[in-house]
This record gives sequence, structure tokens and C-alpha cells, in this order.
Amino acid sequence: MKDVITILNRELKSYFDSPIGYVFITVFLVLSGWLFYSGFFLVNQASLRAFFDLLPWMYLFFVPAVTMRLWSEENKQGTMELLMTLPVRDIDVVIGKFLASFMFLTFTVFLTFPLILSVTALGRPDMGPIIGGYLGAVLMGGAYLAIGMFASSLNENQIITFILGVVICFGMFIIGESFVLMRAPGSWVPLLQHLGIGAHFRSIGRGVIDSRNIIYYLSVIGFFLFLNIKALENRKGH
Amino acid sequence: MISVNGLSKRFGATVAVDNISFQVPAGQVLGFLGPNGAGKTTTMRILTGFLPADSGTATIAGYDIFDQSLDVRKRIGYLPENAPLYMDMEVPDFLHFIASIRKIPKLEIPKSMKRIIDLCGLKLVMHKRIGELSKGYRQRVGLAQAMIHNPDILVLDEPTSGLDPNQIIEIRELIRELGQEKTVILSTHILPEVTATCDRILIIHKGKLVADGTPKELSGHESGRSTLWVTVNDKSSNPLDILSNLTGVESAFSHSVFDEKQRIGLKLKAGANPAEDVFQTSVEHGWMLSELYHETATLEDIFGQLTK
Repeated sequence: MKDVITILNRELKSYFDSPIGYVFITVFLVLSGWLFYSGFFLVNQASLRAFFDLLPWMYLFFVPAVTMRLWSEENKQGTMELLMTLPVRDIDVVIGKFLASFMFLTFTVFLTFPLILSVTALGRPDMGPIIGGYLGAVLMGGAYLAIGMFASSLNENQIITFILGVVICFGMFIIGESFVLMRAPGSWVPLLQHLGIGAHFRSIGRGVIDSRNIIYYLSVIGFFLFLNIKALENRKGH
Repeated sequence: MISVNGLSKRFGATVAVDNISFQVPAGQVLGFLGPNGAGKTTTMRILTGFLPADSGTATIAGYDIFDQSLDVRKRIGYLPENAPLYMDMEVPDFLHFIASIRKIPKLEIPKSMKRIIDLCGLKLVMHKRIGELSKGYRQRVGLAQAMIHNPDILVLDEPTSGLDPNQIIEIRELIRELGQEKTVILSTHILPEVTATCDRILIIHKGKLVADGTPKELSGHESGRSTLWVTVNDKSSNPLDILSNLTGVESAFSHSVFDEKQRIGLKLKAGANPAEDVFQTSVEHGWMLSELYHETATLEDIFGQLTK
């Protein structure tokens, strides 16, 4: 546990030690704000629906950018050799790195709170979907992060890692969307619907917090972190 | 302290480490010597748990390097080749990170850091990012992270690479000092370095162990016999016949004749040096001796012979 915190501290600090962290936060906030407000006054509804509808798409490009350096950088700089010969278990490193990226993303998402302020100032929004939406945003973020981090463990080139992350995340997202569901064989639909990342988010976002949705995201996170540990072990040839 | 048994590792078709076995008792400074690509780094990576071996076993401080990797890693300080470090971290942050992951109790971390900063001469760069440091300073930070937890065993892959001559001498002295109480394995392809720092040398070539001994023992190695050069004022074949019969001389040859003098080379048997007998013989035969020089094979000669 102590090792997890040590790794987490170092990773979290490295997000804020370099300009990349600040650039990421700024771009995320500007883009989400702009996309939200551009439709907000036309729809004339006091809700964050437009923001949450966009979020899975924004995550698709933002989250792999957060995770691309997690392992690729270690492999490229050769610090992997340093890290893997320190007396720390692989699982602790994986969890520490994941939690650091998770805290960074969660922090960024909560910086969108001015959206809530402006919506409450202009109307009387239903707080259920807003709270649910943020909870879903955090959980879905975790799932995207676990996928992106796994992609990062596969390659030392950050660009390739980023693209790989986008592709896997997109795959996980699109299988549950109507675009695919309409074309899939009927018997597959329930399974695909359950596996898709976006549907659970929309379900939580309606303000109804169902444990099945939470379990889904925790399983996706657990599964990809497990693959990540396996990828590390595989590199060592065990 | 370290016991290696039949370690082998291949990458695709190339055999990087080929059935290597050796023991290192506690308190010995062992030098791995070999040309580039001989398998030094691979052996060290296996010992430190970074790479698995294909076959063979090894124990460090009684712990198996594969089954008890964490216990082994706790007891080792490792400086990987080229000292890879987190370039975006500041020196104190980095050392603090290593200290906490090495389980140095929180209250003792400042003390450990101060000790290692003094030892490695890092005072002047304490507020710099590692990425801004010169190669020499990075190497020192690498050494500092390897030694901050005061390990019993140090594995140093080319510890002096990138350092200037003064720093090289400092680091060698440091290693010799550490070697008084610690077990050290270091690799290098700089020959004077091993003679200056190591109690024992292993020469590795194409993954195989080709020589093992103290610097002194290796100098008397088969492939590097010493020669006794004798110059006398007698151009006849007499001196050659007489000198070649002395004990300890394996063969004699006439090297050159000049100014009424003859230079003779005596190839000596291992460990022999009949210089006094040569002097005595010269006196008995009335030769004027103008040169008597014992040329030992240098480590360079032996290294060149063994790794051709």
C-alpha cells in the first residue's frame, strides 16, 4: 500500500511538473465549455445534458493523451530498468500509475464546475442527472484510462500508444452504440449493449444509480489493469 | 554472497550469456571485463531481476533471484547502463522517491539523503532537474540512487562512463572504499579500471567466461607469459645456449645485434623470474650486462588474446 502511494505521488507530480498537464486541462476546459455553450442557449434547457452527451467522444481523444506516457516514457527513457529492479511489486506500480492518472482526470473533470454554476444561475436544473452524470463521467474515465494505460504498456512510441489507445477505446465504445446494434445479429444485441462503454454512462447519467453499471466499470478497469500486469510479466518472460 | 550456476540467456538466434557460473564471496570487488556485446549487461540484468534467464540458477545473499526476486532486489543497489533516470524530476525529489520505495523510515530519509549527497558530491545540483544535468552528474545521481539504502551488494554497469578523468578517479576511490565492506560487481571495458578497483576479474567473451582470477593471476595467464630481456656484449651464440638452460626459462631467442652487443629474449615459465641467475651467469662468463628487463604481459595483452 505504501508503495502504491509512493508511485502515485511521483506520477501525479510529473503531470504537474511539466507543461503538458496544464495544456491538457486548459484544452479540455475550453473545448468542453465552448461545445456546451454553443448549443446551450438554443436548446434553452437548464441541464448539462449536452455536456455529458459529448463526454464519451471527448474522452476518446483526451484520455489516451493522459495515459500515453505512463509506460511508453519509462520504456523510452530506460527508467523501466530502474523501476523494475526496485523492490516493488508489479501490481503496486500498475495501481499507483492508474490512480495517479485517475486523480488527474477526475480533477480536470471537476474543473468544469462553472457549468453547474451557470446552469443553476439561469434555471432550476434537476440535480439528479447532474450528480449521476459526474459520477458516470468519473467511472467511465477510469475505464478509458485503464484501456489507455494498457495500450501504453505495449509500445514505447507515445504516438503509436495514443493511436492504439484511441482505437481500443473507440472499439469498446462503438460496440454498444446504435450504429453497431442496428447491424448486429439480434442475439448479440444484449451482450454488445452490455459491453459498450457509453450505454452505462447514459444510464447513470439519468440519475438512477444502478449497481450493475458501477460493477461494469469496475470490471472493465480491473480487467485492463490485469492485462497490464500480465503485459509487464510477459516482458520479463515469466 | 553471490552464487551463479550455469546461467544462459539467448535473444533469438544470438546467445548473450552462455552457461556462466561463478561465486562471489562477501566483501569482494568483482570486475566484469569484456568487449562490447560480450554479455556483461545481460548478466547483470539477470542478477538484478530485470531479465529472466533461459536456464541456470543464481542466489544472492541466499535468496533465489527468480523465486525471491523482491528479497534480492531489497538487498541490491543497481546502477543500470547509462544511468536511466526520471529526467523531469529534481534531484532531491528523485532521491526522496527512491528512499521511500527502498523503505527507509520516513524520519531517517533526510539523514540518508544528506549522507549520499556528500558521498556522491551532489550538493551543487540539489535544485536542478535531472534532465539539465551533465552526463557526469547524472552518473553520480545514478550511483546515489544505487547506494542510498546502504545495500550490502552493489551492481554497477559501467560506473565511470561519461565521467571526466578527475571524476573517474573519485568514483574508483569510492568503489574501493565501499569494497572494504560491501560486495561489488562492476562491469567495464576500460582495462586500467579493473586493475585499479577490483580484487578479481572475470573476462567474458561472446557470452562465455574465458578467464577468472585476480589481476595478478591473470597477468601470468597462459596466453600472456612474461619475457626477460637481456643484453650482453657477446655476439656469439654462447649466451643464447647458456641462458636457455637456466631454470624457469622456457625458450630463448636472439632479438637483435647492435654495437657489439646482443639482445636476447627469454620466454619465462609461469611465475618464474630468473633475473638473479642471469646476473650470476653473466658474471661467471665475464659478460657486460647492459640490460636486464622483466616485461610482464599486461592485462591488455591477455584481454586481446582471449577476446580475439
